[in-house]
Amino acid sequence: MSDLRDLYQQVILDHYRAPRNFGGLKPNSCCAEGYNPLCGDQVKVCVRADGDRIDGIRFDGVGCAISTASASLMTEAVRGLERSEAEALLASFLALMTGDGDNGVPLGKLEVLSGVKDYPVRIKCATLPWHALRAALEGGDTETVTTE
Amino acid sequence: MTARAVAVGNEQRDSAAFEVERLRACFPILERDVHGHRLVYLDNAASAQRPNVVIDAVSDCYRTYYANAHRGVHALSEQSTDAYEAARAKVARFIGAPDSHEVVFTRGTTESLNLVAQSYGRPQLEPGDEVLLTEMEHHSNIVPWQLVCEQTGARVRAAPITDDGELDLDAFAGMLNERTRVVALAHVSNALGTVNDIPAVVELTRARSDAAVVVDGAQAVPHMAVDVAALGCDFYAFSGHKMYGPGGIGVLWGRHELLAAMPPYHGGGAMITRVTFERSGYMAPPQRFEAGTPAIAPAIGLGVAVEFLESTGLDRIERHEQELLSHTMEVLNDLPWVRVPGHASKAGSARAAVVSLVIDGAHPHDVATILDEQGIAIRAGHHCAQPLMDRLGVPATVRASFGLYNTHDEVDSLVSGLHEVRRIFG
Ligand SMILES: Cc1ncc(COP(=O)(O)O)c(C=O)c1O
Repeated sequence: MSDLRDLYQQVILDHYRAPRNFGGLKPNSCCAEGYNPLCGDQVKVCVRADGDRIDGIRFDGVGCAISTASASLMTEAVRGLERSEAEALLASFLALMTGDGDNGVPLGKLEVLSGVKDYPVRIKCATLPWHALRAALEGGDTETVTTE
Repeated sequence: MTARAVAVGNEQRDSAAFEVERLRACFPILERDVHGHRLVYLDNAASAQRPNVVIDAVSDCYRTYYANAHRGVHALSEQSTDAYEAARAKVARFIGAPDSHEVVFTRGTTESLNLVAQSYGRPQLEPGDEVLLTEMEHHSNIVPWQLVCEQTGARVRAAPITDDGELDLDAFAGMLNERTRVVALAHVSNALGTVNDIPAVVELTRARSDAAVVVDGAQAVPHMAVDVAALGCDFYAFSGHKMYGPGGIGVLWGRHELLAAMPPYHGGGAMITRVTFERSGYMAPPQRFEAGTPAIAPAIGLGVAVEFLESTGLDRIERHEQELLSHTMEVLNDLPWVRVPGHASKAGSARAAVVSLVIDGAHPHDVATILDEQGIAIRAGHHCAQPLMDRLGVPATVRASFGLYNTHDEVDSLVSGLHEVRRIFG
């Protein structure tokens, strides 16, 4: 049986209360917005690249603990990666959420979100910022992706 | 007080005016467990549950006499037609409609409101005309009007609400003018429970404009006696599934003279007198607005839901639910980390048993998950009322909405659920 303690681990609550890389989006970056029409969660992700390397990433928005912590942990994990590495991490994270096996890219600290997959209606909360990241990496500029 | 003493106290409260246990036994779903806990169903504003009599009526129709209505001369068709029309008559009596021909069966409130917007609004709205709504409307009483305004060049305006979540009647009156063609508002707000004073709205409207008054009664009909003649409005819309009836069926009541002057909404079978390729003649209301094969068994089930509400007694239902609401507000008042935005603090404000709350430091979506884990079904989100959420300055709320079968013990379960949220997020 699923257990709320697996879902709301301390790390998640900590990132929810004190999100990292939050707000203060830099002007010369690529941004995309994610929106979940079901619950109204909204997240904007901005990435700044130096050549192929992502040297800055921030997010902003209002969301639940799961989407906020997921966004916060994502910014920590993605900063400093090559684009292709970020894309592989993204694929790996989405696979973790949908239970679609393992593509071999280690998720590290992001594993704390693995409890979410036992709460199917909450998976979209966790994946929302990642969909926004993908749109931002693809050039974005405040297009809105939805989880529907 | 010990938990046991509280439970005994609650039992007395529940049974004093109302035999809630006897009523609960009529709703088989209330016996189920969710995540190892007895279901506490507090999402009645989204959709209520059905009593056995309704489930049986629908199943009996399919098992013993179902056929298409208004189509055949054979025995089953006649029996189905009679039952379908009898349901219409029951609904008409239930809402005080002077004539059952004024009761149109639809798929629900949403379709009813779209029907009014397209068949009443569209032919007469002109550029510069106004449709006056309120800030507390459900999306289904906003979007149909936006669509018809895009088609006609008319514009949507929204009368403000106060911080207490009540319609600001002075401001509303100030927005009425000779260009106002339609006033459309909820009888009861699905997010706040606010009961709007429809007779006052009608009086103000009649004094200042020729507008039709369209009332979204989706959240009123399950909770209080409704008499459309006494309300004085022109159209009244509601859904079966929120009043312990089947899904897929709803009602539009309209004044006969208005319905009779309106063009059809959908075209098809059952709504025409004679069809040639040059032209078709339309039936009188309500058939004119019921193109195609209707939801026959659900309509029959709705008629039975109406009888169930009548025999239970809407005055008793209202009293019981009001007691649940006061109990809830009392305990929430003691929790400094819970806010109830848009809930009037002043006495005398009329509320249905719907409470929207926010908890410091915990997002409604997380609250819903934690409550669900304890078997408590509530709704978290914007409740299809995003303009209202914007007005209240919150992205979403947690909404507990009560029905006739809820108990004071369930109020206590909700509160202990909220304490669990606080324990995790505190
Ligand atoms: C106030 C109000 N209006 C309209 C609706 C729409 O009803 P339905 O979805 O049954 O068409 C609802 C419920 O969702 C409601 O609460």
